Amino acid sequence: MSSPTLPPSESFKFSMLLSDTRYRGMSLQVITFIIFMAVFFWLVDNTIKNLALLDKDVSFNFLWLRAGYDINQRLIPYTSDSTHGMAALVGILNTLLVAFVGCIIATVIGLFVGILRLSKNWIVAKLMSAYIEGFRNVPVLLWIVMVFALLTEFTPAPRAFKGAEPEATMLFFESVAITNRGTYFPAPVLAEGAYWLLLCFGLSIVAVIYFIRYANKQKKDTGKSLPTFWVSSVLIVFPTLILFFAIGQPVSLEYPYLKGFNFKDGIHLRNSFLALTLALAFYTSAFIAEIVRAGIMAVSKGQSEAAASLGLRPNKIMSLIILPQALRIIVPPLISNYLNLTKNSSLAIAVGYMDVRGTLGGITLNQTGRELESMLLLMGFYLAVSLLISSFINYFNRSFQIVVR
Amino acid sequence: MKKLFLGVLTAFALAAGGTFAGTLDDVKARGNLLCGVSTGAPGFATVDDSGKDVGFDVDYCRALAAAIFGDPMAVKFVGLTSAVRFTALAAGEVDILARNTTWTYSRDTDLKQTFLGVNYYDGQGFMVKKELGVKSTTELDGATVCIQVGTTTELNLADYFKENGMSYEPVPTADNAESQQQYLAGACDTYTTDASALHGTRVNLENPDDHLVLPEIISKEPLGPLVRHGDDNWADIGRWVLNALVIAEEKGITKANIDSWKDTKDAEIHRLLGTGDDDILAMVGLPKNAMYNAIKAGGNYGEIFENNLGATSGINIERGVNASWTKGGILYSPPFR
Repeated sequence: MSSPTLPPSESFKFSMLLSDTRYRGMSLQVITFIIFMAVFFWLVDNTIKNLALLDKDVSFNFLWLRAGYDINQRLIPYTSDSTHGMAALVGILNTLLVAFVGCIIATVIGLFVGILRLSKNWIVAKLMSAYIEGFRNVPVLLWIVMVFALLTEFTPAPRAFKGAEPEATMLFFESVAITNRGTYFPAPVLAEGAYWLLLCFGLSIVAVIYFIRYANKQKKDTGKSLPTFWVSSVLIVFPTLILFFAIGQPVSLEYPYLKGFNFKDGIHLRNSFLALTLALAFYTSAFIAEIVRAGIMAVSKGQSEAAASLGLRPNKIMSLIILPQALRIIVPPLISNYLNLTKNSSLAIAVGYMDVRGTLGGITLNQTGRELESMLLLMGFYLAVSLLISSFINYFNRSFQIVVR
Repeated sequence: MKKLFLGVLTAFALAAGGTFAGTLDDVKARGNLLCGVSTGAPGFATVDDSGKDVGFDVDYCRALAAAIFGDPMAVKFVGLTSAVRFTALAAGEVDILARNTTWTYSRDTDLKQTFLGVNYYDGQGFMVKKELGVKSTTELDGATVCIQVGTTTELNLADYFKENGMSYEPVPTADNAESQQQYLAGACDTYTTDASALHGTRVNLENPDDHLVLPEIISKEPLGPLVRHGDDNWADIGRWVLNALVIAEEKGITKANIDSWKDTKDAEIHRLLGTGDDDILAMVGLPKNAMYNAIKAGGNYGEIFENNLGATSGINIERGVNASWTKGGILYSPPFR
């Protein structure tokens, strides 16, 4: 397209596809596309041929067959009589649980560490750098195994809690037991009337949201800020608490107790879950901390100086001036870290956590011998989750950016 | 240019689409046998102090290599976890899988494998620490159980606890070593796998006497070598090397006395050792003295058992059902003719 002055006078010749700059770009793209498709079809064709050679077909019927194996952590009802499809679903929920909890912990720690790394206090800043460099530069698999080893090797076995003078005791008024098989917490038991409490709690949250909106509007219109934190806390805690005692304490706690080999009742957080979630969260938080630091440093120094000259206190400068501007820079790379954490959760088998890689891609794959099908399903799942996460946060990001501008 | 491109493409297609039909030819051309074994199962496949592969499954592969090449060392051992073993075999990464693998219907049919026979009749057992005070598997209600993922033991475990109305908590692990570590750390109350592997693991623990393999056997686990579907000749070779070792024990042919059978009147021994006139091993493409070499490599079935699992090895597993049918066991080979 570099010679627009001369109209094409000579007739079209085949060789012009490569020699003429008007066509070259297009023909190179076409050639590349053909080569790409040829390789792609060769791979598919080759796979089909080799499968036929091994006398294997591609079928997803195994998902409806009896699984026959048990899974320790189940968020939905599942027994060994359930199907392989259900086992995959149990695994998917376990993966999502680790990803969800891990992302929240990673964000909270990452935000704190990132801000504290910029602290003027030398020790705090150096400690935070050590945290970031330590977690960022060691493979996450090693951290997972390390945390798991710490949790299993240095905690007492359930048996140690037995006897008149046990070697180990439960913490917090006999309510929490930390063992080498996991940590047991009291579980809430809902009695009649508990739903009123939930309703009341929900209404409190709605009230808080409206109050914050009102406070923001007030601030914009008059410049006065209301004590949002205190009012919100009171709104959330007191109505529910008063109702709780008013209708006769409908929620009780079910304490874990030792029976036979293990603790019974209560909420059981397995060491495999704890190790995987914590290690992934620590590892990812180091990256998030660096993103937060970069976001804050990208806000011009003049902004904080101007805010200071207006008499704002440092914490107000951070929350009102710097963070809102830094967030615009922070959010997009944050997505990729959430995606990384979700995908890294497939290392779960290292500590025996039954995520989707462990059920569908591990035991089911092994028992049924459907490698290709299981792997395709797994890839489809991770792809779908990753695209969902990024589109959700992209949506959030867009609305956020427009509001600020 | 275009021709070159097409040529490369064709070459790629041919290379990737190679068939598995002539495994024996492939093995001969390569010069060694690729044998898939366990990554560490005491008695079945481990590495000794001098770095040499030893074990019950290892000795079978050495016999097979000796039958093909006349050299028991012409074999390369590939350590495989229970989870990847079938994939590795199907993909042609190994020629034969001798990895204490249970012969089941679905593995035989749906996984497209050919089992060559049974070289060890095993069953699933449980190991516990003596301090637990458990004497029987029926006392294991509510126990935490360490188990290797992707094994038949996983399915037996679920069925057994369900049938007996007991509950348990599975702790999945990747291999024997990890199970052992979790069991010792107390992360599980009991470790379950094939009883033979439990015995093998127990004697290698720091204080074997602190641990107990419970008497109950909850399943049938016929272990045997296997190859992939599609090469019957290769399957025949593997099957008859295994049978030859069993027949040798039955006939009393040992590693030490194998050269003293030249004047025997037993025609089957002549056929087996290749000392007679007929050369029936040519039918599968092996040299006439192939089985002679196979038996010479590590001895007959009984010797291999004693050296790796029996009294000589220190693991002290009784022959039990794994004795020859002439001695009250169920090992029985079809005739070599």
